[in-house]
Amino acid sequence: MGELLRVNNLRTYFKTEAGIVKAVDGVSYHINEQEIVGLVGESGCGKSVSQLSVMQLINPPGKIVGGEVLFEGHDLLKFEPNGPEMRSIRGAKIAMIFQEPMTSLNPVLTIGQQLTEMLVLHMRMNEEAARKRAIELMSMVGIPAAEKRIDDYPHNFSGGMRQRVMIAMGLSCNPKILIADEPTTALDVTTQAQLLELMKDMVQRFRTSLVIVTHNLGVVARYANRIYVMYAGKIVESGSTKDIFRNPRHPYTMGLLRCVPRLDEEEGRKLVPIPGLPPNLINMPPTCAFLPRCSYKVEKCYKEVWPELSPVEGDTEHYIRCYADTKERVSEPAKR
Amino acid sequence: MNQRSDEILLDVQDLKMYFPVTRGLLRRKVADVKAVDGVSFKLKRGETLGLVGESGCGKTTVGRCILGLYKPTAGKILFEGEDIATMPEKKLRKIRSRMALIFQDPYSSLDPRQSAGSIVGEPLKIHRMVSTKQEYNERVEQLFRIVGLDPSMADRYPHEFSGGQRQRIGVARALACNPPLIVCDEPISALDVSIQAQIINLLEELQDRVQGLSYLFIAHDLSVVRHISDRVAVVYLGHIVEICRSRELYENPLHPYTRALLSAVPIADPFVEEKRERIILKGEVPSPLNPPPGCPFHPRCFEAIAECSQISPGLQDIGGGHEVACIRVPGYRISA
Repeated sequence: MGELLRVNNLRTYFKTEAGIVKAVDGVSYHINEQEIVGLVGESGCGKSVSQLSVMQLINPPGKIVGGEVLFEGHDLLKFEPNGPEMRSIRGAKIAMIFQEPMTSLNPVLTIGQQLTEMLVLHMRMNEEAARKRAIELMSMVGIPAAEKRIDDYPHNFSGGMRQRVMIAMGLSCNPKILIADEPTTALDVTTQAQLLELMKDMVQRFRTSLVIVTHNLGVVARYANRIYVMYAGKIVESGSTKDIFRNPRHPYTMGLLRCVPRLDEEEGRKLVPIPGLPPNLINMPPTCAFLPRCSYKVEKCYKEVWPELSPVEGDTEHYIRCYADTKERVSEPAKR
Repeated sequence: MNQRSDEILLDVQDLKMYFPVTRGLLRRKVADVKAVDGVSFKLKRGETLGLVGESGCGKTTVGRCILGLYKPTAGKILFEGEDIATMPEKKLRKIRSRMALIFQDPYSSLDPRQSAGSIVGEPLKIHRMVSTKQEYNERVEQLFRIVGLDPSMADRYPHEFSGGQRQRIGVARALACNPPLIVCDEPISALDVSIQAQIINLLEELQDRVQGLSYLFIAHDLSVVRHISDRVAVVYLGHIVEICRSRELYENPLHPYTRALLSAVPIADPFVEEKRERIILKGEVPSPLNPPPGCPFHPRCFEAIAECSQISPGLQDIGGGHEVACIRVPGYRISA
């Protein structure tokens, strides 16, 4: 499996009256062909902004201040955000599904108009062919009576159905990468399961790579091949899903796993909360942002700047950004 | 957990709450939204009962009926032996000091123009729980300490607190009159993942400390509900389909809906996930305006037989206090 996308040292800052918010600060990652990658973190950690930056969808006061996004031999950040090169990639080669299916569809256009727009634009189909393809896509994502529903407006659809439309739209131009930003967070549990399963099947069928951006550890455990954990604008741990869950090594990842209730936990298990609060991203010190909440901190953490991602010993796939030796204090056993 | 007695605090019997749908100039009633349609359960002193279900299933309406915020269409709500469903408003006001509510959204459930101290102390004044200013101040200070807030912050306003701290203020307010029952309606779903555990632990600690404190814990997150509850009731389309001890919920779910709901929740462990049964439900929850005949779940049920559309199954104890409403469960007796 070849590499499809590589992001190097991406930095996106927001200039506010209170100071500069370093929403994404030196993020590097890659996506391989036909894999499912999970990007995990709490709200405000920069996971969405990093993905919007890849698509060059950052509006002022936000600005991409540095880094590279390498895709098909080009650095996407060199292209004008609204130039022809970027427009031929956005939606066509890299597509995105947003969290709110209620607000990401245009309420005054029919589903058909919104679905065919991309097909006409990117795939150079004529209206008739585009309509046919749109109906096909709608039935593929499980919308019953697609040939009738294509002329309905978004308000005629339920939340789950709207998100199905979004998935059809995202995949309509056969993209290489589909970025799903909290795709099911606003939906009910059983609908969530339906849609995630649908997305997994669809990306397999279209041979597309999928990036799932979420705060839900369960979702990535179920679907992702590889995971990136983000905290305060940086990736703090990365590795294969199994490594990260079996052997989490960054104190933040370890903390996250210990503080969420599990469906299969033993009775009487006590949750271990992460003390303190997520940091304010304005005027961050150069030291590790997790330091004030960390229970593994060592002397070095206070003295030196936040380290770069470095491999966990003996593992070329598993990286952490931490000085502390977390090995001796492996997290609570996951087994029942 | 704590000293659980067998004394019944709350006994809900065949509760129904219909909301009329009116049309035309004369506002003629054309239909009913059957939000809650025959719900029965008991809550013991010191116990936590979880009400879990998807949005629109009626779980919040049940909570609101119990608090006397809605006048139920039919049924009894015996609280400490008295039926509050038919109680006149004047008498109900007195009872209200015996029960409290913790809201979902700590951002909108606190008056932004009221100081934290006055928010927490207001119930004391309304219900005349204190007689002197000094007593009032002492009680407010005590409440702040109980929920882990510094009493010196009492003069601050809600916007000066973080989400987790605000929810602590909400908990302190609920505790003010020392009620035996607290209804928690999605108390943590608006909080960040790493903060949720702090509030869950706080609620658990309070129950250990305050003798006989019962929670009705309403939430959609099955893992959280199972973690905090002694028993869990699964709600679907205005009906309770299963009630059992939390441990049994995961180990021995009987109702097909419960099984589907459980399988839809991913567990943060890829090794466990690999082996789990996946039930992906078809379709969506029907409208409570026009619920299906017979068992409410039968149109989506993977175990449904012809009789399911004719028989409306009631909850039946099939051993050890495990109640289920499904004719397909072995041991369920179909009465003529």
